[in-house]
Order: sequence, then C-alpha cells, then structure tokens
Amino acid sequence: MISANLAAIFYLVSGILFILALRGLSSPDTSRQGNYFGIAGMIIAIVVTFLSIGNFSTSLVYVIIFLIIGGVIGAFIAFKIPMTAMPELVAGFHSLVGLAAVFVAIAAFLNPTAFNLGNISDIKLASLIEMSIGAAVGAITFSGSIIAFLKLRGLMSGAPITFSGQHILNLILGIGIFVLIFYLCKTQSSNIFWTVILISFLVGVLLIIPIGGADMPVVISMLNSYSGWAAAGIGFTLENTALIITGALVGSSGAILSYIMCKAMNRSFVSVILGGFGADNSADDKKEKKDQKPVKSGNAEDAAFLMKNASSVIIVPGYGMAVAQAQHALREMVDKLKKKDIKVTYAIHPVAGRMPGHMNVLLAEANVPYDEVFELEDINNDFANSDVAFVIGANDVTNPVAKTDPKSPIFGMPVLDVEKCKSVLFVKRSLSPGYAGIDNELFYKDNTLMLFADAKKMTEDIVKNLD
Amino acid sequence: MEIDPFIFRLSIFILSIFIGYYVVWSVTPSLHTPLMSVTNAISSVIIVGAIIAALAGTSESIFNTSSIFGFIAIILAAINIFGGFLVTQRMLQMYKKKKNKK
Repeated sequence: MISANLAAIFYLVSGILFILALRGLSSPDTSRQGNYFGIAGMIIAIVVTFLSIGNFSTSLVYVIIFLIIGGVIGAFIAFKIPMTAMPELVAGFHSLVGLAAVFVAIAAFLNPTAFNLGNISDIKLASLIEMSIGAAVGAITFSGSIIAFLKLRGLMSGAPITFSGQHILNLILGIGIFVLIFYLCKTQSSNIFWTVILISFLVGVLLIIPIGGADMPVVISMLNSYSGWAAAGIGFTLENTALIITGALVGSSGAILSYIMCKAMNRSFVSVILGGFGADNSADDKKEKKDQKPVKSGNAEDAAFLMKNASSVIIVPGYGMAVAQAQHALREMVDKLKKKDIKVTYAIHPVAGRMPGHMNVLLAEANVPYDEVFELEDINNDFANSDVAFVIGANDVTNPVAKTDPKSPIFGMPVLDVEKCKSVLFVKRSLSPGYAGIDNELFYKDNTLMLFADAKKMTEDIVKNLD
Repeated sequence: MEIDPFIFRLSIFILSIFIGYYVVWSVTPSLHTPLMSVTNAISSVIIVGAIIAALAGTSESIFNTSSIFGFIAIILAAINIFGGFLVTQRMLQMYKKKKNKK
C-alpha cells in the first residue's frame, strides 16, 4: 500500500507519459516510441491504483479476470479489423469510453464512501456536480458514437435525419439536463441522477442523427473531444491527476481536429452540428438535368496510354478508394509507373475519407512510403506542372466550383487544383454528384477523361494495360 | 485562507488543455487517424475509477450494485486500452519511408 501523495505523483508521471505519447505523433519516425510512452503511462496508472487501494482480497482476482477478458477482446479486434474499417472502429471505441465514464459515475454515486466523496444521500456538492457532468457527457458520447458507428458501418442510412423542431428539442433537453443537475444537488435523489443519464443518452442520439455521412470526419473528431471531457469530469470526481490531464489532452485534441475538418470544408462548426447537409432528394433532380452535357469517357486502355506517356502523375484518393478497397491495386499501378521513370505523388485533401487521416492510413497499409504523400497546401501548386491527375474516389474536394461560383454550397472550400493538370483521369462509378449534392464541373472539361467503373476493378485493368 | 484543492485540480486541467492544444497542432496530418486511436486508448485511463469501484465490494459481497458497474466498466475500458494501443501500433508499423535502393 502506498500513500495518497506518492500515488498522486505517479499519476502525474503517467499524465506526462501521455503527453509524450501525443508529442511522438509529430512525425512517423517518433510515433512508435510515443505509443510505448502511452502504454507505459497506462501500466503505471493501473499498477498504482492497485497499490494505493491495497485491497488484495478475492475481488482483486475478479478485477484481473475482467481486465484480461476486456484485453483479449480488444486485442482480437485490433488485429482483425481491416484498415478500411478504421472510422467505425474509432467511433465504436469512443462509445466504450463514454459508457465506461457513465458506469464509473454511477458506481461513485451508489458507493461514494469508496471514493471518499461522502456518504450516500450526502455526497459532497462539488463531487456530485462533477460526477453528473461526467456521466452526462459520457452518456452523450456513448449514444452519439453508437449512431456514428451505425452510419459508418452502413447499418443505418448515412443520410441526415431531420424533423421540425429538432434544434429546439435539443436545446430544451440540454437546458433540462442542467436544471436536473441543479435539483440533484439540492435533493441528492437517485431518480434525478438516472433521469439525467437517460436524457443524455437521448441527446446523444438526437445530436448525431441529423448529420450526414460526409460530415463524419467532424462528428468523429467531436465525439473524440467529448470522450475526453467526460474522462476529465470523472477525473475531477476521483481527484485523479492522470485522468484530468488525459481528459484535457483528448478534449483539446478532438476539438482541434474538428476545427481542422470544418476549415477544410469551409463550414462552421455550428452548421455541421445543426446538420441536414446534402439531403439526397434535391440532388437527384439536379443530376437529371445536367446529364445532357457531353462527357468524355474512356476505358482502362486509354488511361494506361495517357499515364505511360506522362512524366509526372498525381494521385488524388478519396472515400471511393476506401469503399472499393482499391489501395493495393493502386499501389501496384504506381509501382509499374515508377518503373517507367514516371514521377508519382499522392495528394490528400484533409476531409478525404470518413475520418481525419483516413487516406494516409490506407496508403500506408498498401506500403506507400509516407514521404510520397502530400497534404493539400504542400502539393496544390504542383498540379499545374503535372501531366496526369488520377482522381480515384474523390469528388467534391476537386470541384473547381468551390473557387468560381459564390452561390455553390461549397464555395470557399479549399480544393485540389486538379483541373490545372494537362489531363485528368476521373475514376467514378457514375456521374452522380458527391455528398454536397452538387455537380462537379470537372466531369465536363475537355481535358477530363471519365473512367466509369469500380475503383478497384478499373485500377486492376489499368495495371494489366500498363505492361 | 486556504486554497481549495479543487482550484489546484482546475489549474492542472486548464494547463493541460494548453499543452494539448500545442502538442496536437504539431501532430502531422498524416497521423491524424493514429492520433484518434491513441487518444482513445489513453482516455481509457478512466479504468482507475472502475478498479476503485470494483474493489470496493466487501469480502462477503464482492458483487454489489456499485461494484458490478465497476466490473463492467473495467471490461469496457480494457477493450479500449488494449484495442486502442494495439491498433495504433499496427497502423504506425505501416508508415514507412521510401527505401533508398536507387
């Protein structure tokens, strides 16, 4: 058994190790080391908790058993999950953090003596506020992440679900939570505590259902942030430095990612939260009208010919590549091109895919060296000097309309200047517009060749034609 | 007058937000997905609360209402800890530089 002071110092150490874990991610070289710091921090925190309780009764055996059960499940998931499923995995993990926060808060509420928070029906005021906020945010994180998970997994339509009075309802429920917490502090009634948690579950669902599939990068980052704030709330309740530091780190990390994603879409955070963007019906009408315009379409042979004769090619991957699992075929194609001394680079838009950094992970999985992969601002000037842009599964992030038409919903969004390339190859299943529901001018440009096919199949066909 | 310990915790919290802010801005965009999975893993340090709750049962009743919530929370957090760190590790293993074979 170690003293509370010594334990606090160890918790601080583990908090610092967590900071170093995030710091390591500033470059791929240091990132693996950073991950070890994180693991070390976690081991310290868990061991110190055991030591400071010093209760080595039979309960401990069960704790370890449950720890191992969870660990085995977690490890199994981590090794089995395909890289394309990363967004839903992360959403699923967020929901677990949220639910764990709720359960810890409930446990503390039911047995405050164990946590030094006072007695049942006489919990310290500050602790009560902290634990109910922790529980509420945790519950929102849990149910919100479940919805995000279902949408990403395709078990639920990615289309926004809206109804009139939605925002007012959310507002009322939000205020309701605060009012209830206020009464909870006055009465210490467990019924109110349960109600707070139930309403929070409901708010989580209501917050995420109106947000469309393509705004998912923002949603995931936002839920990441919430899971951090929930942890911090519990950290205050438990007076635990490691949890407070971690909660703050994760909270601000998620907030920054949400900000980056919003900026990359030129949308305000509020408008994403209010949701309803890219409703499907109106998009279909527009599509019908524009289908008249002439489009040049080609096949794999044409594409291979164009690329063979190019001296530089820029690949622009998007969500479609992830859906089709085309990253390995793509890599094969690039290898062939490189053998012919063609310079190939990759251009990644911040919101390509369904979560921040989604494309980078997929390319890394396909063994693409990370120093060939560039972010928007680093590569955008290169399009003008390149021969071929190979757009695979991306759409809105290449739409020049964002630069030219102030009336367009995506006007002002930073886009990749694909149209400046001498020729553009656009792999897409059909002419349908992207999530923004707007037509891409690029389809109708003279230097664009549309390749209508599944991304993976088309890439494989091109590979065959490159020989 | 004595300062409430809450204020100290609040100070740690606010300072950590600032640290988080600067540290996360320096994370390279290509590692944003591992960033999310690792933040997931570390926020599961909430397991310390779950352990306290689970161990609070007496030897006669290891499983009372409060400790059961603790035990379930241990499983949830453990899934996250192992899953989060391992999947991060798996992703980071894949980030490789160009081989200098030319």
